[in-house]
Amino acid sequence: MKVGFFLRESLRSLRRNAAPSFAAVATILLTMLVIGVFIPIVQATTGAANDVRKRVLVDVYLKTDAKPADVARVQQLLQGTPGVKRVEYVSKAQAYAQQKAKDPAAFALLGSNPLPDTFRITPTDPGNVLKLKSELAPTATSGGTATPLDRSIDEVRDQKADTTKILQVTRFVKLMAGSLAVLLVLASIFLIANTIRLSLYARRREIEVMKLVGATDWFIRWPFVIEGIVVGAFGTALAIAVLAVGKIALLDPLANDFALISSPQTIGFSALIAIMLAAGVGISALGSGLSLRRFLRV
Amino acid sequence: MAPTRSTSRRVRRRIVTERPPALVTPPAPPAGTPGTTPVIEFRSVSKHYGVGAVGLDQATFSVDPGAFMFLVGSTGSGKSTVMRLLIKELEADSGTLRVAGHDLARIARRRVPFYRRNLGVVFQDFKLLPNRTVHDNVAYALQVTGGSRKDIRAKVPDILRLTGLATKLHNYPDQLSGGEQQRVAIARAFVNHPPLLLADEPTGNLDPETSIGIMQLLYRINRTGTTVLVATHDQAMVNKMRRRVLELSHGRIVRDEASGLYNRDESTREFAARLRNDVPRTPEL
Repeated sequence: MKVGFFLRESLRSLRRNAAPSFAAVATILLTMLVIGVFIPIVQATTGAANDVRKRVLVDVYLKTDAKPADVARVQQLLQGTPGVKRVEYVSKAQAYAQQKAKDPAAFALLGSNPLPDTFRITPTDPGNVLKLKSELAPTATSGGTATPLDRSIDEVRDQKADTTKILQVTRFVKLMAGSLAVLLVLASIFLIANTIRLSLYARRREIEVMKLVGATDWFIRWPFVIEGIVVGAFGTALAIAVLAVGKIALLDPLANDFALISSPQTIGFSALIAIMLAAGVGISALGSGLSLRRFLRV
Repeated sequence: MAPTRSTSRRVRRRIVTERPPALVTPPAPPAGTPGTTPVIEFRSVSKHYGVGAVGLDQATFSVDPGAFMFLVGSTGSGKSTVMRLLIKELEADSGTLRVAGHDLARIARRRVPFYRRNLGVVFQDFKLLPNRTVHDNVAYALQVTGGSRKDIRAKVPDILRLTGLATKLHNYPDQLSGGEQQRVAIARAFVNHPPLLLADEPTGNLDPETSIGIMQLLYRINRTGTTVLVATHDQAMVNKMRRRVLELSHGRIVRDEASGLYNRDESTREFAARLRNDVPRTPEL
């Protein structure tokens, strides 16, 4: 009976100030759309970046005249270097076989094997690639070419350019999505607070009477909290509906063609819905609370 | 929500059972009131608004259970301050204010609603909800204090009959006359049968004939044992009723008579008493 009373009261005041309620619903809808779209996107790009980062390797090319003894010595040296997680040896012959499998025609033209023996080094921390590289092939203090640590090492290489670019892009996407989400969340909170404030104002007489006849603070507050939550839940439900339509109409047909969309690391749709609902209700409760604290002196 | 409900019920019951004065040991009552705990007791209560504005200045008085008392004085004399202190809308700056033995300063903020359920309050501007019928306005007081449907069905028709509104059940406030609206307000204030009814200028907006009806109603409520405190400008009414009168001026109590008139003009009885050097003041003072 009490719950019914609260619900009736909050729906009644939602009807009464429909315009601000609509504004609040629209903002919540927008916020939730942004959150709902960006969570998977950020996840997918972060996943892709991590993939590349995991593949960030330092290649150590040996000189073509390196003997098995040299190979063993260099391997010892590399494994003893700090910051090295794994050392993988790819011999001349293996490298040739790999490359030939990729492009048999081109390799058929080559009489001999031009590829050197290679060590692929996985660093413990992908960010340390540069450090590791300079450790293995310190640059002369006067600048100029790097001199490898061992006389059998021809060159030390990494895919620096590729990785930094990807990392930069992910960071940028995260930053943009994050700030947009924060701004929209704040806007939603204040719009809901405003809606509740108007409804407090519209019902100030009722509140006065309630206080007079001895209604408890929370008895007075509940209808307003429920009002805020109804607004939040309604906006979120709309956003979920829009997302679901988008997913079915756009994403699912494309998922087979684009690896990013079907990336297994992205969040499941039901989990996303749960997060959005929680966020929507949380935002609206926060907004209602803000107004109640400031404008409802009970 | 469920916990709120159960707590409110529990606390309410406790307050109600606390009502007998035995539970709270009031300090020695002022001389002259042996035995009973006064319903209202002001002890050098002061209240100042901002700089210089005096609401109430060292007011000391008490009201016995079952009394019918008028609070008179010009605008700004402190009548409304007394009322607002009593409903704990304001806090006294100094002094002690007890209602039925409870020190109001000691009632925690969140317990105030439960304290207010023991009061009925009536205002000059009625404070009815315009979008609810007479019945719903009265039922509202029960609803917000957690009354059940059964409670409402049992109490509301009774109180509407008592206040003479039985035929106006489904009217909205704007379809009623001023006197009828005030009756609705009184019905709402009294539907819980509070032991103390406060009326701040209840006839301020009404014509003399209607005022008599309202006063009759308040008197009828008083006869059921409820203490009634009326702040008023209504000179004729006070003079006719011949009840205890407390006059305030600039926040001070300037007069307290057991059966006084609105004005300080002396009755022959008072005159004779004064000649005998025995001013008939109320025993509390």
